[in-house]
Amino acid sequence: MSNFFTRRKLITTGLSVATGASGVGAAAWLASRHGLIPPDHGGMLGIGETLTYSTQRLLTSKHSLAREFERSDISKVAPVNGPHPTDENYRKLLANDFRSWRLPIEGLVGRPASLSLEDLKRLPSESHIILHACEEGWSYIAEWTGVRLASVLDLVETRAEARYVVFEPFPNPRQTTGVVRILGGSIDMADALHPQTLLAYSMNGETLPADHGAPVRLRLGRHLGYKNTKYLSRIMVTDKIDFRGRGTWYGGI
Amino acid sequence: MSVAGVAASHSMTGTRPRHSAIVRVTHWIVVLSVVGLMVSGIGILISHPRLYWGETGYVGADSLIDVPIPFVIGPSVWNRPIHFFFAWILTFAGLAYIADGFIARHFRNDLVPGKADLRWTRIRGVIQDHLRWRSTGTSTAGTYNVVQRLTYLAVVFALFPAIFWTGLAMSFGVTSVFPFMAVALGGHQSARTLHFVFFALVLLFAAVHILMICLAGFVANVRAMITGSVSQVRNVR
Repeated sequence: MSNFFTRRKLITTGLSVATGASGVGAAAWLASRHGLIPPDHGGMLGIGETLTYSTQRLLTSKHSLAREFERSDISKVAPVNGPHPTDENYRKLLANDFRSWRLPIEGLVGRPASLSLEDLKRLPSESHIILHACEEGWSYIAEWTGVRLASVLDLVETRAEARYVVFEPFPNPRQTTGVVRILGGSIDMADALHPQTLLAYSMNGETLPADHGAPVRLRLGRHLGYKNTKYLSRIMVTDKIDFRGRGTWYGGI
Repeated sequence: MSVAGVAASHSMTGTRPRHSAIVRVTHWIVVLSVVGLMVSGIGILISHPRLYWGETGYVGADSLIDVPIPFVIGPSVWNRPIHFFFAWILTFAGLAYIADGFIARHFRNDLVPGKADLRWTRIRGVIQDHLRWRSTGTSTAGTYNVVQRLTYLAVVFALFPAIFWTGLAMSFGVTSVFPFMAVALGGHQSARTLHFVFFALVLLFAAVHILMICLAGFVANVRAMITGSVSQVRNVR
């Protein structure tokens, strides 16, 4: 034990600690530069979130697509985690088939716009038959039709410093499970520009049902259910978001 | 050489403890993370205690297993980051253990059974001796019998990889790059169901492992896994 702190040991330990610390520092700097740090990186659990998010951002690209299914795979039942809002504002919009509904797209954009349902339907539409899986464990397959978010962001000329897109739904105190409320709807630009990311107004060939997020909801190919914000009332492009609450911000899992 | 003799020679020369430092450290990190994964995993399961086969599953659809507990909505939200935190710790500890196992030849020297031991009569003999609560007489201190060797290798190279596979197969980011990871298992819900089946096997292994340690001398074996010292270890039955 007397030779526990030999000079050689002290030097090698010192050198490895210094190398390790500067390695971690360099990695953090590089990760931050390349958008590998999620908004919920803080705290002990943030270590896991950061590792998951950065690994998936390095692994995936816009060419990695969620699995798509056949029409015959579509589930007979599509469960929801809570009914649609019932406040007066939403009820009025629902009663006139959302003809007076407008979707403002604001923030870090060159040409802010406020689109009607007809405006969105005039843009090129596409359909995807994908798996919707809730973070609780259940899942169903459905076909979603809408306009690519990328097309809409192109229309409003997203600025270069944009990093996140935030989706604001109509307030829905009836969503008692509160999953959407807690987690807040925002995605990074990699997901915003992904070819399977839709602003969906149609489900299984029919008008999007109120409980599934009418008039328009976000549909992501590579995320858990809670990230697919329903009842959209506003879209905001931003360079930073303040993530509060529990759970994981990144829903690609 | 007797057990005491082996131990004495170790402590005198200071070479080759019962378990190397890396094996000891990674063992306890793995124990900690498996407990963390179990608790947070149950926290996620209770949100929807039904298991299905195929791609889809929801209340009303045909289920494979109905865990007889009520649906508790909410805990899955804050248990998921905990689950991932421990999954990453397990990943790093597991990779360190496996890398060390190859480099330090722990697998080759201590776990890969000899050709002679792989005969069925030998394996059956060890199992029969255990079932009769009898010391095999074949195992000597510091070495594992053929059933132990095969079990440890299966847990390290089959069971834990299977848990990782089935867990990753539930990730949409991962399956967008490697779709076969979900397809090969039969779908998203099959992956989820198998994740629980394989975890049940981990629990079974842990239960037998702890039982065997209790029979072989709990304090001495746990001390060996903490300090590496074998001085008090009795013959492993």
